[in-house]
Amino acid sequence: MSIDKNTVKHISKLARISLDDEKIDSLSKDLSSIIKFIEKLNELKTDETKPLTSIINSSLKLRKDEIKDGKIRDQILKNSPEKNDEFFVVPKVIE
Amino acid sequence: MSNLSNFSLTDLVKGIKKKDFTSLEITKTFVNNSENSTKLNTYITKCFDEAIIYAKNFDKKKDYKGLLPGIPIAVKDLFCTKNVKTTAGSKILHNFIPTYESTVTKKLWSEGAFLLGKLNCDEFAMGSSNETSFFGNVTNPFGDKLVPGGSSGGSASALASSLTPVTVGTDTGGSIRQPASFTGTVGLKPTYGRCSRWGIVAFASSLDQAGPMTKTVEDCALLLQAIAGYDPKDSTSVDIKVDNYNSNLTDKVKDLKIGIPKEYRVENMPSEIDELWKKGMDYLKDAGAIIKNISLPHTMYALPAYYIVAPAEASSNLARYDGVKYGHRSKGSNLIEMYENTRSEGFGDEVKRRILIGTYVLSSGYYDAYYLKAQKVRQLIKNDFDKAFKDVDAILTPSTPSAAFKMGDKKDDPVSMYLNDVFTVPVNLAGLPAISVPSGYDKNKLPLGLQLIGKPFDEQTILNLSLAIQKRANFKRNIKVWWK
Repeated sequence: MSIDKNTVKHISKLARISLDDEKIDSLSKDLSSIIKFIEKLNELKTDETKPLTSIINSSLKLRKDEIKDGKIRDQILKNSPEKNDEFFVVPKVIE
Repeated sequence: MSNLSNFSLTDLVKGIKKKDFTSLEITKTFVNNSENSTKLNTYITKCFDEAIIYAKNFDKKKDYKGLLPGIPIAVKDLFCTKNVKTTAGSKILHNFIPTYESTVTKKLWSEGAFLLGKLNCDEFAMGSSNETSFFGNVTNPFGDKLVPGGSSGGSASALASSLTPVTVGTDTGGSIRQPASFTGTVGLKPTYGRCSRWGIVAFASSLDQAGPMTKTVEDCALLLQAIAGYDPKDSTSVDIKVDNYNSNLTDKVKDLKIGIPKEYRVENMPSEIDELWKKGMDYLKDAGAIIKNISLPHTMYALPAYYIVAPAEASSNLARYDGVKYGHRSKGSNLIEMYENTRSEGFGDEVKRRILIGTYVLSSGYYDAYYLKAQKVRQLIKNDFDKAFKDVDAILTPSTPSAAFKMGDKKDDPVSMYLNDVFTVPVNLAGLPAISVPSGYDKNKLPLGLQLIGKPFDEQTILNLSLAIQKRANFKRNIKVWWK
């Protein structure tokens, strides 16, 4: 299946990446060739195969539910591009 | 004193313990080499002044308790380092200064090593030539305009040109082994779960592993020992004993069974690679191992499956870069526009391609056709290996289908770039350990590597077999210094 320009526009919206027309053109070409490449998998019959969801056989370890860290608000805010005291600042969301 | 930059890690550690030289002398050597390496473009961030201070303090204390006493190490810029900029080779993280340290680097420092700098890599580790970094291409010391491989290209280039004694990289589809092969160095991807992923900038979480990149197999065993182990902060790291890889290392590999998968003889592979592979079999036979032909029938489906699984996980992992909490932010008249502009300006072309592929294969109506299908194929690939390992102890293949190529050669054709990883990707999908060991040269005098694939958590066997190959191949890294 090829990825046409409208599909590129749709998925770029989902992925929150703005694209100009020239980029949409070149991505439509690139993504189509990648999709064509991965569609080789359709040669394989997999009706009887279970999907592999984890490579590790053992189940996840349980741990005690206890606080071991915290009080790192300033560290978390340190790299913020825009902040106001203890808050991240974003463009206005609610009118 | 002979030039310390040619010493292996093992000899540096020995020498420093015997007081043949000081940490400051070692550090000055590698700092000096690094300062004269601008043309290679391996460093994103240099910590040379801090390293010199650390070395001076080390020499005052002479604390030899760890495995890596007084050793300066530059690492891939995908490991978060406390108070040192960590970019993942991306504009979107160009100003990010972590307030914490990754577990793997923390382990290095707790063994007595210290940070020399942060090394260039493909953006978010997505690439096979180090041409996708926001901070520019890295050059292979084996030739001007030659790629070092990727994504750990800066690490491989810095190691081969003796800018750092050893380094650590990450491997999601071959990103340690392919650049090691292209630069005549040793690179090991441990079993999934062997090393902690905590504090490593995430690409594809079910495939990513950190691993050692070194000049010799002995160094590789030593460095793996330093970084391996369970970490409560990474729920996918596995709590089983870490072997003493270094002291257990032996080239006595008599009677080990080595599988040769016929599917790894691919079309258009240069005859030199086939010959190298045969030589590898001869080396191991000479060491007493038994060569057996095996089949891994789903090999050809590994790359297509990988290019569904990895982008799908990447599109999810990279959703966090929204210009709010850290990193680059662009202007926008509302929140959504700010997100869209930030991600458009912050990510490079290859990262955009993979995020969009990932978004597409996970989008409504396509999940079963692509992602679920890829997970099923991943199971088939794992079954191939499980079956093979009932009969053999390890598998020998070439590391790459070609030697290092020229910059720009494959840049405009994503699929031809992806084909570089045809021999390395199946291992990541199956979660297995694998190592690339330098074994010879092609007709253009470019290095070639052989790959050994092991059973889960049996890094020791592939290290031992690599040592047997190292001793017989007698590979010399013939690099003329042209970049100073």
